Amino acid sequence: MIVSILLFPGTNCDIDTSNAVKKVLGVKPIIVSCKEDIIPSSDLIILPGGFSYGDYLRSGAIAAREPIMADLIKKAQEGTFIMGICNGFQILTEANLLPGTLLTNSSLRFISKLVSLEIQRNDNFFCNAFVKREKINIPIAHHDGNYFVDKTLLNQIEENNQVALRYSEPTNGSLNNIAGVYNDKFNILGLMPHPERAIDSDTGSDNGIKFFQSMLKHLN
Amino acid sequence: MKAIVYIRLKNEVLDPQGLAIENSLINLGHKNITNVRQGKLIEMDIDVLSEADAKKIIDNISKNLLANTVIEDFSIEIK
Repeated sequence: MIVSILLFPGTNCDIDTSNAVKKVLGVKPIIVSCKEDIIPSSDLIILPGGFSYGDYLRSGAIAAREPIMADLIKKAQEGTFIMGICNGFQILTEANLLPGTLLTNSSLRFISKLVSLEIQRNDNFFCNAFVKREKINIPIAHHDGNYFVDKTLLNQIEENNQVALRYSEPTNGSLNNIAGVYNDKFNILGLMPHPERAIDSDTGSDNGIKFFQSMLKHLN
Repeated sequence: MKAIVYIRLKNEVLDPQGLAIENSLINLGHKNITNVRQGKLIEMDIDVLSEADAKKIIDNISKNLLANTVIEDFSIEIK
């Protein structure tokens, strides 16, 4: 399995993500700078969390226009699996690879805590190791995680079952408590919670492991 | 030429920053102020031959980068 992790100025979850990939998937990921033109051919590309370009203009806005993004969009269309975590999710929405956008939390506060979430479906690359509607605890750490789309698109996302996971209770103002979404082909997942920070029960939870176990299961 | 892009959150998008400003104004005694909305103003110089050319380019960059049209509307002023 080949895993690439994209690195933007201000990305800060690349090492945790790398460790999770090594621990669960058993491979050393390729770190790819956003200034490159080509991402090596990969089974999975991860955009980790952080504060790319200091969240200037809008979270993820500048990063989404970096040179590497043209090839990411091409690979997305070819069906490569792509996961965006936190700022990575924001970058994917800014690049129009995922629907909607992430607004400032309704409380205007940065929220950093372990939250309860519900997995919505378990029939795809990212979530097949979960049981349907499984409740999990994974940390969030964000200021702009308030998921928003217009009503028409929201209805469409719900009808297509593109919601990947929801907060068990209102957390940051997100419409329908949405914490993560898929694209319409289900090869791209964006989520605000950090599964890579929940791979060892010593740090509070190991519920994030199942995302990576799902990928392993799928590719084997 | 100077170009100014005004970016506003769409009406249906909740603006918690605008609300926080409004609450602060109310605390300062301005009870007659309502519907505070916070936006952005981005200005730049542009070296092109006509105002129409400038407008076309600024409209394009506003759609592609300066504004997120999922949540924001923009208007352009050239002078």
